[in-house]
Amino acid sequence: MSKSAFSRRGVLKSGALAGTGLALPTIFTASSAAAFTNNPTGSSVTLGFNVPQTGPYADEGADELRAYQLAVEHLNGGGDGGMMNTFSSKELQGNGILGKEVKFVTGDTQTKSDAARASAKSMIEKDGAVMITGGSSSGVAIAVQGLCQEAGVIFMAGLTHSNDTTGKDKKANGFRHFFNGYMSGAALAPVLKNLYGTDRNAYHLTADYTWGWTQEESIAAATEALGWNTVEKVRTPLAATDFSSYIAPVLNSGADVLVLNHYGGNMVNSLTNAVQFGLREKVVNGKNFEIVVPLYSRLMAKGAGANVKGIHGSTNWHWSLQDEGSQAFVRSFGTKYGFPPSQAAHTVYCQTLLYADAVQRAGSFNPCAVVEALEDYEFDGLGNGKTLYRGEDHQCFKDVLVVRGKENPTSEFDLLEVVEVTPAAQVTYPADHPMFAGGALGSCNSGA
Amino acid sequence: MFGLDNKDTRLLLVVAVLTLCAPFILNPFPTDSAMAQFNAGYPDLMQRFVIFGIFAIGFNILFGLTGYLSFGHAAFLGVGSYSAVWMFKLLSMNVVPAILLSVVISGLFALLIGFVSLRRSGIYFSILTLAFAQMSFNLAYSVLTPITNGETGLQLTLDDPRVLGVSATADGSIPVTNLFGMEMRSTFEMALGPWAFQFNAGYYLCALILLAAFYLSIRIFRSPFGMMLRAVKSNQQRMNYTGLNTKPYTLAAFVISGMYAGLAGGLMASMDPLAGAERMQWTASGEVVLMTILGGAGTLIGPVLGAGFIKYFENIFSKINDHVLHSWFSFMPDGLEDFVVFIIHPFIGKGWHLTLGILFMLVVVFLPGGLVEGGQRIAKWVKGRKNKDDSASATKTPAE
Repeated sequence: MSKSAFSRRGVLKSGALAGTGLALPTIFTASSAAAFTNNPTGSSVTLGFNVPQTGPYADEGADELRAYQLAVEHLNGGGDGGMMNTFSSKELQGNGILGKEVKFVTGDTQTKSDAARASAKSMIEKDGAVMITGGSSSGVAIAVQGLCQEAGVIFMAGLTHSNDTTGKDKKANGFRHFFNGYMSGAALAPVLKNLYGTDRNAYHLTADYTWGWTQEESIAAATEALGWNTVEKVRTPLAATDFSSYIAPVLNSGADVLVLNHYGGNMVNSLTNAVQFGLREKVVNGKNFEIVVPLYSRLMAKGAGANVKGIHGSTNWHWSLQDEGSQAFVRSFGTKYGFPPSQAAHTVYCQTLLYADAVQRAGSFNPCAVVEALEDYEFDGLGNGKTLYRGEDHQCFKDVLVVRGKENPTSEFDLLEVVEVTPAAQVTYPADHPMFAGGALGSCNSGA
Repeated sequence: MFGLDNKDTRLLLVVAVLTLCAPFILNPFPTDSAMAQFNAGYPDLMQRFVIFGIFAIGFNILFGLTGYLSFGHAAFLGVGSYSAVWMFKLLSMNVVPAILLSVVISGLFALLIGFVSLRRSGIYFSILTLAFAQMSFNLAYSVLTPITNGETGLQLTLDDPRVLGVSATADGSIPVTNLFGMEMRSTFEMALGPWAFQFNAGYYLCALILLAAFYLSIRIFRSPFGMMLRAVKSNQQRMNYTGLNTKPYTLAAFVISGMYAGLAGGLMASMDPLAGAERMQWTASGEVVLMTILGGAGTLIGPVLGAGFIKYFENIFSKINDHVLHSWFSFMPDGLEDFVVFIIHPFIGKGWHLTLGILFMLVVVFLPGGLVEGGQRIAKWVKGRKNKDDSASATKTPAE
């Protein structure tokens, strides 16, 4: 039975308890006196590597992690120095960053925004990370970028291809080295024109989420500018594994080009289905039927096997590039792990180096100083030729590769060949381009 | 006290002490020691502990009392989060209206889904709720993108038309969530020798709400209404034959637990103003089922323990990597060190699911009543030993 009578002692006790409870939060509102979030005061500095270790992009995540560890090794003076030797800026000495030894913590984003933010938060709140980097999906990258902006640390985006990351969701504390959907379209269009002509009917299959849409929009705009006609845009669920029911209607639509705006496992499955349906042997409107995969990666090519032969797409970087920077990177990555790096590995390695260099040049870990050092910074020697970190949207502008699935691969890594290196000028767009409009960088936040 | 009997009062006080002292309890290791890896006393994880505690308490009101296994509870969590973020975007950065709206909206949503789903019981009910939740997830992920911002998740932006308050602060950043001016993220750090304890305003708000939610749940468990729900669990058919309409009771329980989930969602958004669709995915619904069963379904404190257990593994074990392992075992000779790391490697980092799965299996097989049963057994064992000592001495005395 419950006793409802209030005793004097009971009321006092509960009152005191409730009072303490209510008062507690207000007592502890004083923030620490540090000049900015997680100012590294000891002999080391901690970076947070937040990558998908489980889920659909776990392969990319694992490769990113390898590259991060390599970058840390090089920054601390270990290994052969990799791209630090070819990098146009010579500030990095191999003695850590600003003389502090680089340490790192890792986390699993699970390719879910919530988990990624939880992981990033624990890095910031518990481990004292002064920079967060990673992400193998645009949704996650945008979510973590927002978090870093609030918390006052720098976010160096990993593999994220959506226009929104440096478009409507751009943030002052976030930077992207990877290319984006618009650049894919701009780089691919001239190649497609030369290969397939100007009179084509394109059919889009698009992964039904933010990245898919921005890529579909970008590719459709670029091909329509060539004179192509877009027959149909069909959205497919991200979780789909069998695309047969989406491929069959393509045959009767009168289209003669299929654009697969898919990534990772989606692309592997949709491409395999399309090839199984015999699309590539079809002749429509008197022309050979063609398939285009705007965003390519070696890991995907590996998954799709022989089906990728002769199929065109774009990529941020490829290990077969012959410039000094790429070769140095492939050499040190290969020595350490026994196989060549993927584009995901390349972009995160560059991001880590760029961050370290920016801190070194700024002479401070303060995020606002780092932002200033990175904005409108021009560099070279990191594998993509001359590159500009544009100040207006924190996007890197550099050459984009158009690649093709190799007909006669010589090894399990030699799956793609570079068809053309599209110069940066051709993929550059004004910062207020309609596909990127609607957002604002805001001002940098140091968490002070 | 508070209309509870002695035992329940004691339980409530224990929970109160645990939650209010969590920053100390969860940070037992000095910051610079190797064991600091296992510290969980940082604001984000502590917030998660109590928020998922609330979620699981609510789920337990439905599952523990009526036996209706809802496999779609994450939908209410998601709806709560979205409502709260919209409140931040449109009305004010104060968390009170956001939390209120999230509770109301998820309550309405639960009423709708419950009304349809509760026409069936058992596995059919589970499947129906699962279907609804998965439907909500898919809608949020794609079709409803204007409302939910799809895959990216709903976030605050610099041009939100906030009626009460500013769109952007003077220095050009997004304002932060607050409770009448007290920022949710503000944290006081107390350095005590080698230890560092963090007291976070948001955490204490969540903790107080958890206490209220826990108290309410005790009252429901002990009320005639709770008794009716237990009766539904033991034999619904018999109740129907005696002419009792059980549906209003089950529906009420469903809505209450949906509101708890909405409250948890609203709090999550208040601590971190982002709402993503994957919060509604079936894995998230499954997680709360796991929490409840792991802790002990039908017990008062079980779900809170289960929530803490799972969140601890997700956030602490997933962050241990080979690098950390090597630093732990660096005292060993090289070959042995590599071997030990190789053995442990599959269970940490990305293998945290595996570790959790094994532990879950062990708990379900050996402690069907969950962690609570484990606690009871230990208590009994301790008591039994004491009794045995007593009885042993008691039997000895006459022999002498």
